[in-house]
Amino acid sequence: MNKSLFLGTVAAVTLTAGMGMADTLAEVKARGELNCGVNTGLAGFAAPDASGNWTGFDVAICKAVAAAVLGDPAKVKYVPTTGQTRFTALASGEVDVLARNSTWTFSRDTDLKLDFVGVNYFDGQGFMVSKDLGVTSAKELDGATVCIQTGTTTELNLADFFQANNMSYQPVNIDSNAEGEQQYMAGACDAYTTDASGLAATRAAFADPENHIILPEIISKEPLGPAVRHGDSNWGDIVRWTLYALIAAEEYGITSKNLEELAKSSQNPEVQRLLGTTDDLGAMIGLDKEWARRAIAASGNYGEIFAANIGEQTPIGLARGLNAQWTQGGLQYAMPFR
Amino acid sequence: MAYVSAPAEPPFRLSMLIYDRRYRSLTFQVIVFILVMAVAWWLVDNTITNLSAMGKDFNFGFLFQRAGYDIPQTLIPYTANDTHFRAAVIGLLNTLLVSILGCIAATVLGVAVGVARLSNNWLFARLMTVYVEIFRNMPLLLWILIIYAIFTEVLPPPNAYRGDDPAASMILFDSVALTNRYTSIPTLAMTNDPGSLDLGARVTINWATISFIVAILGGLYVRRLIGNWAQSIQNATGSRPTTWWMSLAVMTIPSIILIFFFGLHLVPPELKGFNFTGGINVQNSLVALWLALTLYTGAFIAEIVRAGILAVSKGQSEAAFALGMRPKRTMNLVILPQALRVIVPPLISQYLNLMKNSSLAIAVGYMDLRGTLGGTTLNQTGRELESMVLMMATYLVLSLIISAGMNIFNSRVKLKER
Repeated sequence: MNKSLFLGTVAAVTLTAGMGMADTLAEVKARGELNCGVNTGLAGFAAPDASGNWTGFDVAICKAVAAAVLGDPAKVKYVPTTGQTRFTALASGEVDVLARNSTWTFSRDTDLKLDFVGVNYFDGQGFMVSKDLGVTSAKELDGATVCIQTGTTTELNLADFFQANNMSYQPVNIDSNAEGEQQYMAGACDAYTTDASGLAATRAAFADPENHIILPEIISKEPLGPAVRHGDSNWGDIVRWTLYALIAAEEYGITSKNLEELAKSSQNPEVQRLLGTTDDLGAMIGLDKEWARRAIAASGNYGEIFAANIGEQTPIGLARGLNAQWTQGGLQYAMPFR
Repeated sequence: MAYVSAPAEPPFRLSMLIYDRRYRSLTFQVIVFILVMAVAWWLVDNTITNLSAMGKDFNFGFLFQRAGYDIPQTLIPYTANDTHFRAAVIGLLNTLLVSILGCIAATVLGVAVGVARLSNNWLFARLMTVYVEIFRNMPLLLWILIIYAIFTEVLPPPNAYRGDDPAASMILFDSVALTNRYTSIPTLAMTNDPGSLDLGARVTINWATISFIVAILGGLYVRRLIGNWAQSIQNATGSRPTTWWMSLAVMTIPSIILIFFFGLHLVPPELKGFNFTGGINVQNSLVALWLALTLYTGAFIAEIVRAGILAVSKGQSEAAFALGMRPKRTMNLVILPQALRVIVPPLISQYLNLMKNSSLAIAVGYMDLRGTLGGTTLNQTGRELESMVLMMATYLVLSLIISAGMNIFNSRVKLKER
């Protein structure tokens, strides 16, 4: 009896503890499909549309990687993960890439054995409150009930913020954004806190977005980016440079529309290298010459992806802000393709 | 002369391990043991290999790092500056809280419904059948979510109590506020606070609480003495003295004296800022989880109780009636003591189920052991294996303790064979 219990225990943890460190690139190619961990549903970042197709800012990263590696942006299996399950899903090999608005932190990069390959959205944590509450600053939230997703960095920032300002609060722990929305709308919490981009996305989905405000305080740095497992640097390079290819494409004015034309006619050596017209950069990371061209063709360059999913023309309406190109005063900066 | 010589022992051959009945069972046991150990070794080895391949080690040092997150409802003091270990203990206490509350309420409900299902009142018995069938045939998780959603959507937010003409008003003489976040109940306050006993690790017990526990335990003891005294009089004279007022007095008078001595009074909660303060805010997640566990497990216990009562042969109650016993006394003195023998063993597994089912708490954000150690701590530290092993061991130990306790109770009520 006791022995069988022990065996069951060990069996269960062994299965979740990881499938070893195989060559992820070879695995993905053999499988013919990229397993991409995404949010369970956050409008603009990753959410299935009416016909069940995943779309969003994070989803575009999955598509670009699939296009670069497998040649087809549709060859992605989207694995919805909650704040609690995402890192285990990545560590256990259930997903190859985690593109799920996850914050790059020291302990995640080191102790959790993840590798963040870059930042696709520079974010910060904010608060959303109902307008009739009459609150204009997060400093006025003393004693408030705050809805918070468990297992996120925001949970820790929240505790730190209230402690630093010598205020008290009542947390209401929730498991997913949808549940948070429901609790907030029912008035079960005074404020909802998560990344400012997530708040904008959540508010956009409300029936009455004009009755809710996002408070001006941004209480933390939340650099969100795709992550891969520690230990397979080649795979990490592929995801990292696919992201850079999208950012660089915007910088050089390569869009999904003029892509083919530029590949033939561009005289800019940097563009020629990126699109594989001259040097063969792809071979250095185990891909073919036109990997970056396909990645950009998948959903356009970084700016196009931003504008289509979360930009000012969408219901979510986020300004570029920190996420503008470095040439425009933002922080998005692709390393040179050379 | 004839003598019978013992047949010579045949020399031992290897095939005897299988064909000789004396050795066969031993052989198979050894083979199974080796196989089991081989699988165990393979699993452990596999775990170690995979962990080292990922560059992870197996240690519990993370338990003593700063937790950094807050927990809405705690039985002992806790702040974000405490360790993950304390957070795990908070979770364990929350698990125990909802389990104990659930076991008590489910037993009361289950016994009442089980008896009611056997009632002669047709409508009443059928209504109870409907309850049992509805609750035990739907998944517990759904019940937890439904009850929580009802609390969230139906009850007013604290804001509704604000203003000169509030949309909602407090109940029970303005002392209890039902909101969609929590139920705010009055807190106890004392004018003569005797101070607290420090148990270490910032856990304190007020001396007044200790005095009340002593008073109640003492009352129970004296009440038993009174019972024994009444029994001896009954045995000697045949008539039992009236003792209910004596029992009532020893149970209540010491407590009433203590209430006046400490100047105990209720402080009702009041709306201040965003929330009710001054009272005790019982989170809806706890109430919803407790209600769902109670209603769900109560349905199973009702069936166990009904089966136990039906297992007592009809002749027993007929004999009791023939002796002139009233139905209530027949139930208490004749039927239930015999039914308990049938009821207690399956009741143990219902208690175990309830305790384990309480780990569904995460669905409504109640921070039990699964929510702290197996949820936030696991996530923030990335120690899946350690957290899971620790959590499984804790649940195992809890289950074994419940089993042991109930087995002691069972051995007291089971048929005494002489």
